Amino acid sequence: MTMSIVHRATGIALYSGTLLLAWWLIACAAGPAAYANVQAFTGSWIGRLIVFGYTWALMHHLLSGVRHFVWDLGYGFKTADREWLTWAALIGGIVLTVLLWVIAYSMGVAR
Amino acid sequence: MSGDNAHGAQKSSMRTPIGKVRKLGPAGSGTSDFWRQRITGVAMTLLILPTIVVIMMLLGRNQAAAAQILGSPLISLIMILFIIASAIHMKIGMQVVIEDYVQNEKLKLVTVMANNFFSIAVALAAIFAIFKMASGV
Repeated sequence: MTMSIVHRATGIALYSGTLLLAWWLIACAAGPAAYANVQAFTGSWIGRLIVFGYTWALMHHLLSGVRHFVWDLGYGFKTADREWLTWAALIGGIVLTVLLWVIAYSMGVAR
Repeated sequence: MSGDNAHGAQKSSMRTPIGKVRKLGPAGSGTSDFWRQRITGVAMTLLILPTIVVIMMLLGRNQAAAAQILGSPLISLIMILFIIASAIHMKIGMQVVIEDYVQNEKLKLVTVMANNFFSIAVALAAIFAIFKMASGV
């Protein structure tokens, strides 16, 4: 039950986060100076925290959304199934987020 | 929005009261948004892996290299598809949240409209940036 509001909260977070995505794309299209501003922001601790949070929100919302598809198709309504799906989305979201950032750092985002 | 005036409720009608309101819901547009939310959700589930690969390709690169990658045809297409799906998805999602929590009818009208403006503006800004990089100007 609690996870329903988390799905909603991550959705709202992702909604606001599209501003960051649009800023990044526009800056990339605009030129080096604008892009440097984005990189300075995403490189700062607060910027990095926001992007990390955005990654988690996206991964959790994705898995939580897949859980809703399972329910839409009429499966997973037993108590044990519901519990399993919820934990899978919760733990899976965290695991995927950490995994993506390990890959990102290994590819040189930290520079 | 309000379901009472939608789809031509006539004064004398053979339709039962429940028949007049059935499928309209708080959005007044029936189940079309529900279905569209599923389509865009499935689309993004399919597109998330290519999108993550694209973003990973851009990490640690300078503006010129990033713009060149984002401007290549296949990558532009992946990004545009993801942006369109997410814009529709987030517009519907936020509208559901508004309809659930905003009780005042006029405030609901204004916030739903602002939600439309925001979603369309953000999506168009992002798509325009992609177009610009794809055309290389």
